Amino acid sequence: MTEQALSDIRILDLTRYISGPYCTKLFADFGADVVKIEKPGEGDPARRMGPFFQDDPDPEKSGLFLHLNTNKRSVTLNLKSQAGKRILKELAKDVDILVENFSPRVMPALGLDYETLESINPRLVMASISNFGQTGPYRDFKASELIIYGMGGAMCTTGLGDCEPVKKGLNVIQYQGGNMAAAATMTALFGARMHGAGQHVDVSLMETQMGSIDRRMSELLAYEYNKELTPRMDIAGLLQYPYGIFPCKDGYVDVAGGFMFLDRLEKALGMSLMETYGGANQFDVARREEFFSNIWYPWVLERTRREVVDLCQEHHVMSAPINTTEDLLNEPQFKERGFWVDADHPVVGNLTYPGRPAQSSELPWEIRRPAPLLGEHNEEVYAQLGYSADDLVKLREGGAI
Amino acid sequence: MAKLPLEGIRVVGMTQMWAGPTAEMHLADWGAEIIKVESLQYLAVGTRGPGPRHPRFAVDIVKGGYAGYLKEGYDEVNGRPWNRSCMYNVHGRNKVSCTMDTMRPRGREILKRLIQVSDIFVVSSQPSVMEHMGLTYDVIKEWNPSIIMVHMSGFGQYGPLKYYRTLGAHQEDFLGHTYIRGYIDRDVTANSAIYHGDEAAGTTAVFIMVMALHQRSRTGRGMFIDMSQAEATMAQLGEAVMDYTMNKRVTERMGNRDRHGAVQGCYRCRGEDRWVNITMRNDEEWQGFCRALGNPDWAKDEKFADALSRWRNHDDLDKHIGEWTSQHDHFAVMHMLQKHGVAAGPVEPPDDAYSDPQMKDRGFFEEVTHSECGTHRYPGMPYRMSKTPNRIRRPAPCLGEHNEYVYKDVLGVSDEEYAELEQEGHIGMDLVPGLEIGKYKLE
Repeated sequence: MTEQALSDIRILDLTRYISGPYCTKLFADFGADVVKIEKPGEGDPARRMGPFFQDDPDPEKSGLFLHLNTNKRSVTLNLKSQAGKRILKELAKDVDILVENFSPRVMPALGLDYETLESINPRLVMASISNFGQTGPYRDFKASELIIYGMGGAMCTTGLGDCEPVKKGLNVIQYQGGNMAAAATMTALFGARMHGAGQHVDVSLMETQMGSIDRRMSELLAYEYNKELTPRMDIAGLLQYPYGIFPCKDGYVDVAGGFMFLDRLEKALGMSLMETYGGANQFDVARREEFFSNIWYPWVLERTRREVVDLCQEHHVMSAPINTTEDLLNEPQFKERGFWVDADHPVVGNLTYPGRPAQSSELPWEIRRPAPLLGEHNEEVYAQLGYSADDLVKLREGGAI
Repeated sequence: MAKLPLEGIRVVGMTQMWAGPTAEMHLADWGAEIIKVESLQYLAVGTRGPGPRHPRFAVDIVKGGYAGYLKEGYDEVNGRPWNRSCMYNVHGRNKVSCTMDTMRPRGREILKRLIQVSDIFVVSSQPSVMEHMGLTYDVIKEWNPSIIMVHMSGFGQYGPLKYYRTLGAHQEDFLGHTYIRGYIDRDVTANSAIYHGDEAAGTTAVFIMVMALHQRSRTGRGMFIDMSQAEATMAQLGEAVMDYTMNKRVTERMGNRDRHGAVQGCYRCRGEDRWVNITMRNDEEWQGFCRALGNPDWAKDEKFADALSRWRNHDDLDKHIGEWTSQHDHFAVMHMLQKHGVAAGPVEPPDDAYSDPQMKDRGFFEEVTHSECGTHRYPGMPYRMSKTPNRIRRPAPCLGEHNEYVYKDVLGVSDEEYAELEQEGHIGMDLVPGLEIGKYKLE
């Protein structure tokens, strides 16, 4: 079998919560050796975030942590102790990448800024992920998933005009920051291998949203070009053709029956809008109510999600069912492609996890080991640095690990 | 200056819409040469704006919003709306554009020669499109065995949804994202169409492509990458998957509420449609919040005394917070609260974003001059690289703007052959007249 693409890459992972761990997960799952540094006794705060296995808030049972930290090794290290700092520098000597997502004052305060680490390891690619970046007037401000989306992203146009703007689901903004950091870090590493030196990558979550292709960049340019602000409104409720989410017999469906694709929708409906309405120019807003109440709603309401979507797709109308998580896990597409993978964990047992983001015989993806227990790999990792069992006892007594 | 990380890498890009073009954009920002292969015979609906052929689309049909075109100075008769799209001109930066009709043998031959001198070939169409065009990997690898071909379609190269036509929004419907976002007190029909899948899959595709270059440098082998945009987005919704596989629980909508116990919301501020987001995770932040407001009486109520009580009385709390924020400017609220250690930030429409002090200080927006659009400020890089700082080196290309460069400099086409290809309609800067989709026309 082909060797995993990143099997020659070593990563020192100082990240916590979501964005940083998602960044290093992408590397770890493709073979990188990721050593995760956790605070002694507590570990990554994501260990205390739900959902929890059987709703038991145990630090080894967080579904969020289990998902984000597959294939990583965990060591505990107190970065505030002198011994801890020394060990971190020893670890940094031999790695290709170091990723951290502390607030920007932390690494310099610990004496672990990029310049110091670069002097130890000139090939090092260091990635720092933060809410607003390593510089600027907001550098030390606090933020959250919601706040980053509001400031950076297209939140102002998400929702209904007469209501407050509304966030995206779960924690996807933080995930996306980690995703961007992974792409930038991978590229910096490739550049370091091709052209010589490492460098420091400064990823700002606010900027990953300000530069988001999900409407935001285009909305910004629309304002710059035409001084127009994109409205926050229910577009589906305004258009004369069905474009948006509609109720059906067993739930909801999303149908994009665009203006230019009306002939496709006609075929799906099995009727001629041309005959009924006398052509596209007549098929306007004035006839909207008539069309929706007499034709469209009866048509969708007497069909299941699957029936509507299959009919639409058969005639090339973009469409999808609104799935719950349960529907998703039962969706044949992902099962047939072997997307879901099982992994056995010493505390929570065998669970199903989301699988590979891309598939290629040259890029094997694998869960070699589940998320680590807190400090599970202390002995293994520190032994590699030459610390004896005796040393580890002393370090533990001194609170360093 | 140090070389950009991807200098020397050439990418042939035939992606459409958002996800694929974003992936190309990041590669271009890092120094790869992205050659967009476009066509004068194909209407790139959605890529170069919603209706790039019809001049009326440019000014009438698309009224404002991100799908629009630059209106100022637009010539309805001779103008080229496809070069003025707010959609294309943000992700087209740093790329070059050439044209060829790959459905005819001579255009196909040109594409073959281009692929033979490139490292990556990236496409994003639903698979039947590439099958119809005869541009599947079994053909491409014969042309260039060391090419890395990435096909990032909605659902991948096999499975029952292979040929499903979707946008990012529809992939997210399948993934359950649509179901778990939106207002608590409304059903999903109130949800705006969002395209998180485009940024998620588009960015992951960059990671995958650079990793593929790394792997190729170790093995010497080219490869095909089957990337399902839906699958690439899935990990970002991992908590919902885990809650189901661990507890058989279906994740439900929570509006702007936090899932990890903080109290938070989006509150109205002074001014027209201005809002601020506030998040309070613990007692310390709550006390900071009270201090910032001058310890008002309502905040001393027992029902807000601890984190659990605040969570239980979230609706009440929201009313009080909203009454306070509505008297203030949204940026002022941020500063008042941040001073006391409370996480708060304004919802920034584009006018706010362009004048935001953090964006200014970081130099996020970059002024760029486009030959047909003039000089404007464009969103720039979402990260800083210390030794290879990247910028917008050139604006989004006009359709076919770099034909001479690609045909003559990259492929060594002679002046005579170039003239013939121009004559035959492969090379040019104007879409052929009369292109349309569907049978409904505007007039």
